[in-house]
Amino acid sequence: MATELDLGSLGFDRGAHLLVKRALAASGQVHVRGTHPELLPHLRAWARSQGHALDGHTVTRGRADRWTGATRAGTAAPDGVVAHPEASWGFAARGALVEAGTAPQPFALHARDEVWTDDAARLYAQAAAAQWDPASIPWEDPGLDPEVEAAVVQVFTYLIENETAALLVPARFLGQLHPHFREVAQVLAIQVADEARHIEVFTRRAALRSPLLGSSTASGQASLGTLLAEPDFALAGFLLAVLGEGSFLSLLRFLAEHGDPLTRTITRLAAQDEARHVAFGLSHLQAHLRADPALRARLVAAVEGRHDALRDTAGLNADVFDSLVVLAAGSFAPGALARGWDAVARLVAEMDHGRRVRLETLGFGDDEAARLSALHTRNFM
Amino acid sequence: MGILLGAVAYDPKVVTIWDGFARFFAEAGLEFDYVLYTTYERQVAAHLRGDINVAWNSPLAWLQAKAAAAAAGREAHAIVMRDTDCDLTSVIAVRADSPIHTLEDLAGKRVGVGAADSPQATMIPLELLAGIGVKVEAVRHDVLLGKHGDHIGGERDAAKALMRGEVDAACMIDGNHLLFGKEGTLPAGSTRLIAVTEPYDHCNFTVLDAPTAAHRRFAELLLAMSYNDPALRPLLDLEGLKAWVPGRTHGYAPLERACRRFGLPPLGV
Ligand SMILES: [Fe+2]
Ligand SMILES: [Fe+2]
Repeated sequence: MATELDLGSLGFDRGAHLLVKRALAASGQVHVRGTHPELLPHLRAWARSQGHALDGHTVTRGRADRWTGATRAGTAAPDGVVAHPEASWGFAARGALVEAGTAPQPFALHARDEVWTDDAARLYAQAAAAQWDPASIPWEDPGLDPEVEAAVVQVFTYLIENETAALLVPARFLGQLHPHFREVAQVLAIQVADEARHIEVFTRRAALRSPLLGSSTASGQASLGTLLAEPDFALAGFLLAVLGEGSFLSLLRFLAEHGDPLTRTITRLAAQDEARHVAFGLSHLQAHLRADPALRARLVAAVEGRHDALRDTAGLNADVFDSLVVLAAGSFAPGALARGWDAVARLVAEMDHGRRVRLETLGFGDDEAARLSALHTRNFM
Repeated sequence: MGILLGAVAYDPKVVTIWDGFARFFAEAGLEFDYVLYTTYERQVAAHLRGDINVAWNSPLAWLQAKAAAAAAGREAHAIVMRDTDCDLTSVIAVRADSPIHTLEDLAGKRVGVGAADSPQATMIPLELLAGIGVKVEAVRHDVLLGKHGDHIGGERDAAKALMRGEVDAACMIDGNHLLFGKEGTLPAGSTRLIAVTEPYDHCNFTVLDAPTAAHRRFAELLLAMSYNDPALRPLLDLEGLKAWVPGRTHGYAPLERACRRFGLPPLGV
């Protein structure tokens, strides 16, 4: 009837309950023997605390079961994501058994269709494998002419400001995302880490000669402010990743082509990261649009709204534009400046082209893509 | 008339517990509220006056209520208790390397006990010693008087005094000996038990005179509570039980003997 369990010299002061618990799970009634001097008082105390009945040395399993009504929080694999994870799953690992009655956690982003992309796991793995170490970069002053160096400093001052916005926007949504969407959280987290590294290397480049950096304008900050103010995950992702970081990708490639050797190195590394950020933005918006075609009209409205909000601002910092010309020129020689000017003009056209291609990827027609690209902030980001 | 319950505020969690149960009773349609007292003596006196109509009593408060009721020609009933109130034992522990092996060896020694009014950590163990004629020097660890040892601090202080060598033995509930082992106050193997008391019972819901319909409904709702109900489980965990069981009174005999020897503390105002 009752299972026999011999604890030997093991007492409840050193884990005997593990054996009794296991035996009780297998059979409802266990007769416990052992030589530990405190066996009986401890067995009595333990059984009482667990709601098990004790008669002599025989324990009978009680009815109390913490796991009645517990729910399984999806499964750990990427295809184990559910459309609407329960708020009470909270911090639990995907695939965990969650106790009924667990207090709900207020994660605002909890609908799969609004955040998920099947590409997230792959993009995260790529990002994790592609992390680079700023310490491995040879931090030597490339020895530019002071006027050209000043232009480089101005360009990086502008980049840092934009990288800061690119760090804060995903960080903000990371705190609202239901942890059930683990892969998306991982992508956002590593994106934040990427931006932190961009800020680091751009700051080091800008401050090579002097800790006094270039200028920051009201209109530049106003443009970034509208990004941070966008409360909707899809719309913020659209403005930041597809339009902003997409344009930045062109800018970083421009710098990787025209800059000094150190500038080339760090912008090439940053561009690899940005390409992933853009890919994630495109991927989750494509998935979202498939699930909710009405999103398309909201994306259009978001670009138009931001354009209107920034209508009265000056657009790109004139110093930044001029600095890009000088950086590409490499000197103030008239011929060089003309070549620099042409290169920047090609950059602006390339940014517009890139935005249109990405908008078409999201299913916008040629004309709509051209119109929306033209409305994008003159601040690039 | 519904239920107005008295409970002693030995810990802030008491408010969480009874606010939680109050919601449950309200949903079940039972008019219910509660009053907190600072000591069991005040609670028992209030109960006798009729300020409350159910008291969540310690075992000593139960005996105080029973005696006071009898003196007034009334009768006290224990209607419901926790599963964990049944068949407790207390232990007397010495350090593992102590020369003390029997209760008789404790004659003239210093014995660490809990609060003066703690049934489990003071009164019942001291009665065990007095009952066999062993005179000891009881060293009290009064954490909160009037709370009848509900606060675990007294027992823990006695255990710490044992490990520091300030007392020769310490008294505590069986479960606390296990707990103090787990938390490191009494590391595994550092103590030896020289006595385990006979089983005794702990708290109960006390009613004076014949239980009313509201009392019966109250008991019925308590007994129907399931630990497997996620809404109730946190409250039951806080109150330290898996199930409520019908009240019984035979388990108070050891404490009654102690009270005959040491006397019942007087009631408060
Ligand atoms: Fe970046
Ligand atoms: Fe980025």
